[in-house]
Amino acid sequence: MRFFKDPKYNFMGVRKYSFILSAVVLGVGIISLIAHGGPELSIDFLGGSMIQVKFDRAIPLGQVRSALAELDTLNLGSYDLQNFGSDDEILIRVAQFTSGESVGPIIESVLRENFPEATISIEREESVGPKIGQSLGRKALLAVFYSLLGILIYISWRFEFRFAVAAIIALFHDVLVTIGAFSIAGKEISLAVMAALLTIIGYSLNDTIVIFDRVRENRRVLRRSSFTEVINTSVNQSINRTINTSMTTLLVVLMLFIYGGGIIHDFAFALLVGVVVGTYSSTFIASPVLVEWQNRVAAKGKDKGR
Amino acid sequence: MRKNVKSKIAIVIALVASSWYLWPTYTFFTMTSEEKLVLEEEGSLNRLEDKALHLGLDLLGGMHMVLEIDQTGLTEDQATDALDRALEIIHNRVDQFGVREPVIQKQGEDQIVVQLPGVDQKRATTLIGQTAQLTFQLVKEVEEFNRIISTIDRELAISEGLIVDEPEEETADTTAADFLGMIGETDAVDVDEEHPLLSKLSSRYQGAVTVEERFIPYVSRVLADSTVQALIPPDVGLAWGRDLHTLGGKNYRQLYLLKAEPELYGSAIANAMVQIGTDMDLEAPNQPYVSLELNSRAGRRFADITGANVGRRLAIVLDGVLQSDPRINERIPGGNCRITLGNTAINEARDLAIVLRAGALPAPMRIIEQRSVGPALGRDSIVRGVRAMVIGIALVIIFMVFYYKKAGLIADLALLFNLVLLTAAMAGVGATLTLPGIAGIILTIGLAVDANVLIFERIREELASGKTVRAAIDTGYSRAFRTILDANLTTLITALVLLQFGTGPIKGFAITLSFGIIISMFTAIIVSRVIFDALAARRWAKGVSI
Repeated sequence: MRFFKDPKYNFMGVRKYSFILSAVVLGVGIISLIAHGGPELSIDFLGGSMIQVKFDRAIPLGQVRSALAELDTLNLGSYDLQNFGSDDEILIRVAQFTSGESVGPIIESVLRENFPEATISIEREESVGPKIGQSLGRKALLAVFYSLLGILIYISWRFEFRFAVAAIIALFHDVLVTIGAFSIAGKEISLAVMAALLTIIGYSLNDTIVIFDRVRENRRVLRRSSFTEVINTSVNQSINRTINTSMTTLLVVLMLFIYGGGIIHDFAFALLVGVVVGTYSSTFIASPVLVEWQNRVAAKGKDKGR
Repeated sequence: MRKNVKSKIAIVIALVASSWYLWPTYTFFTMTSEEKLVLEEEGSLNRLEDKALHLGLDLLGGMHMVLEIDQTGLTEDQATDALDRALEIIHNRVDQFGVREPVIQKQGEDQIVVQLPGVDQKRATTLIGQTAQLTFQLVKEVEEFNRIISTIDRELAISEGLIVDEPEEETADTTAADFLGMIGETDAVDVDEEHPLLSKLSSRYQGAVTVEERFIPYVSRVLADSTVQALIPPDVGLAWGRDLHTLGGKNYRQLYLLKAEPELYGSAIANAMVQIGTDMDLEAPNQPYVSLELNSRAGRRFADITGANVGRRLAIVLDGVLQSDPRINERIPGGNCRITLGNTAINEARDLAIVLRAGALPAPMRIIEQRSVGPALGRDSIVRGVRAMVIGIALVIIFMVFYYKKAGLIADLALLFNLVLLTAAMAGVGATLTLPGIAGIILTIGLAVDANVLIFERIREELASGKTVRAAIDTGYSRAFRTILDANLTTLITALVLLQFGTGPIKGFAITLSFGIIISMFTAIIVSRVIFDALAARRWAKGVSI
């Protein structure tokens, strides 16, 4: 069984369209980001408290909200509520972080007062002070920066500098699209999502390198062909493998997304988007960028030479 | 076959080692509770648990805290010293609390990380975050208190601009105590112009100065005002009582005037134990209390103090809140006294005793990060994670067979071997499996398959170009090897960066991913090769099912 029997598509020929598609997707994401004032960050980066409360029955959010109105005197800052996974689980997020005292017991007692017949349990609670939130944010960004640096160096060493640049552009593309997707879907970016983004970087890279490896090999073998033709051939040769691997990874990540449960959900969503985009970018972004680079450099070379 | 002897040996060793390292995990997680009890009595349960796969807090339930030391008023050296001592004291407290596998570590210059699996979050927070500074202070006479109150009133009545409005920024240290005082607060507290303070006080309870619950925030603010503070003589200080007393449908809290200089400090305590009063105990009938035993020198001093102050009250103050103020009826030579807690759960007494035994923290510690997961959610997460993994694996196996036929089966075998090896490696190293870690395992499945796919596609190509079966396999593997290396190595770089910068669950993910990548390279290249060769040698001289 094969996906494509003997592929000979002109991938590079359609690169204009792939650039346009990416531009559109990125554009939508960026518009959403601007509309929401930036990416929605979780308490991991902004500080604050988050409590996951489980009732034994579905309770309308409005009721819980008014019950919590009592807490206004505590100056806890804004809070917001959303259902988590199912109707009887509510995620309460409080902007302010109170050092030393966890907000959980306080909220629990207020809720118990207001809903005496319901069984209430606090499943999970997280509080992050603002300072440490910022430091976590910084660490996350540093992590992304260092991995990109490491990748740049490694690829430049094993291949060539322009390959590295093309790869990194593809990676930026992937990360931006994913962040845009999160913004559109209204999901929060937490530490776990950052980890997922780093994974996507690694995975997309994996894909891109397989193609580059072919290009490297084919350049030696197909000395007569132009650079563009070599890339086209390489992509065609890799297409079966690319789709195959993406499919299997996608299958597993999809299972995570569907069966993994509330906490893993956003993480799996990031991976899902990332795997799809990552695969796409290796073929339709990284390789065309190489071609463009070659054309520009070659054009310059011609001009310089005269 | 001579071929691949080294590889075969490597595989056998890997299999044996895996079984060895996984056996504790298997036994531990499949034991019944009775069997566990038996082992616990023997004392070997902990060791077994240690060798089994460690589960993260998000799977076990438990708590993760980061504390930061408050360095105000400390020099650099003092701060470092304080941090070390705090580490020790917290360690002490946690040890006595009896938590399995706690993690207590320094982080950076001024932070301590504490991880406690399977604990009640409320108790743990109080136990660890409490400064627990204990002092014994003499209670001043009510007359002196009244005098001070009158002075304050006079001063406030004269000057305009009383503190009736909201205080400026609530500090980040709003405590639950403040909150309790604020429930039901009405901002509109009528200020009596002639007696701004006195009007809000009463002497309802045992002749002591008490404050009705709804006036507590107001009174606190008045007393905190700097003008008022200046009127309070330096040799005395104020403290609120711990308990809320109910009288005539209203709640009251007591306010005490104490001699500022303590007679004794927490260092005087040699031992603190929980006792339960008998039926006839006057102070704590059928209630738990903490009995304090002072060391010999403090005991002597205690005898002197009590001897010199018969008829007065000696307050026991913990972190600025008065716990009890027993009257000194006679000279007490024994160096024993008690802190009564009223009608509380015995856990409160236990925790107080722990904290007093371990000692006070050298400097206040702030909790800057706290995450806790209930055990129910933890179990739920495990179930879901494993289920997702199993379904994912099943789908991949089916797909591989579909696409690559018999070779697909070989890849599947390698995959399963991969997972066994991965789990064994994690158990062997003592790494912790977190929920993102499970996601990491799932991702590894995708990567492991990828390596095999690369090889098989190559083999297909070589076959298509007319090579013999044996040659096709050979070239397939060698050509693919470099690709696999390059591709996986870059993913490994990101995993290692994550490892370096991540904490907690993220670290768990990075560890699983890193191990996964390395092991998947091993299985794809060595294991499937061996299987392939074995099969090719025997039956497929003609063709290969791929």
